[in-house]
Amino acid sequence: METSLFYIFGGMAVVTALLMVTRQNPIVSALWLVVCFFAFAVLFLMLDAQFVAVLQILLYAGAIMVLFVFVIMLLNVREEELKSRVLQFSGVLGGLAAIYLVVLFGVGVMKEPLAPFAAVPADFGLVAPIGRLLFTKYLIPFELTSVLLLVAIVGSVVMGKRKI
Amino acid sequence: MITLHHYLVLAVLLFCIGVFGVIVRRNVLIIFMSIELMLSAVNLVFLAFSRYLGNADGQIWVFMVLTVAAAEAAVGLGIIVALFRNKPTLYVDEVNELKG
Repeated sequence: METSLFYIFGGMAVVTALLMVTRQNPIVSALWLVVCFFAFAVLFLMLDAQFVAVLQILLYAGAIMVLFVFVIMLLNVREEELKSRVLQFSGVLGGLAAIYLVVLFGVGVMKEPLAPFAAVPADFGLVAPIGRLLFTKYLIPFELTSVLLLVAIVGSVVMGKRKI
Repeated sequence: MITLHHYLVLAVLLFCIGVFGVIVRRNVLIIFMSIELMLSAVNLVFLAFSRYLGNADGQIWVFMVLTVAAAEAAVGLGIIVALFRNKPTLYVDEVNELKG
């Protein structure tokens, strides 16, 4: 059961990611990326990370991708501007670089000895233990994220000004 | 039986698809989406190790990465809109004003 779920949704994530990278039209790419993020959320659920899986859907598939689609529609790009700009040479080069990276990382990952997953308590990854950790051990990083979000708000307001 | 290696190899594949998109595509929006994909692949590694070690600290870092991704998306898309207003193109190889 777990094995087949992993292969179905892992394969779905890889295929939709490839579709996202290769589509001509950015809006089609954005929609494939949403499907990819849903597959990610299922994988997160299989890793007992329920809270993060919900965040993935709310934040990535919800907020960030809506922002993307919104900007794509705002830019109002005409059809004829969407012609392929992939140079033959860069495609070959990029493919080789990606395959090299896969082999490099893959060999590095495979070197480590294999051990089964640790046993975890029943509430692992639920909101309560994560929240407890977030507001005790990681309180200062959590507060610093608010500064980061403030910077993002100020940055996007400055970027949205008429004259820049 | 699904082990840690399965998740790590899947994350490597997804990350490298993101790298491929950044290298090959010239459309700035698709480059940006590839970066989001790479961030998500890293989240998968965090969660796989968090589950493997039975330690929830990794999930907190995924939370931080999600915050960074949201901030990055807001500012980055603002930059794209500002760029498009000055020079109506979506292709990074046409934005070469700084070239001497």
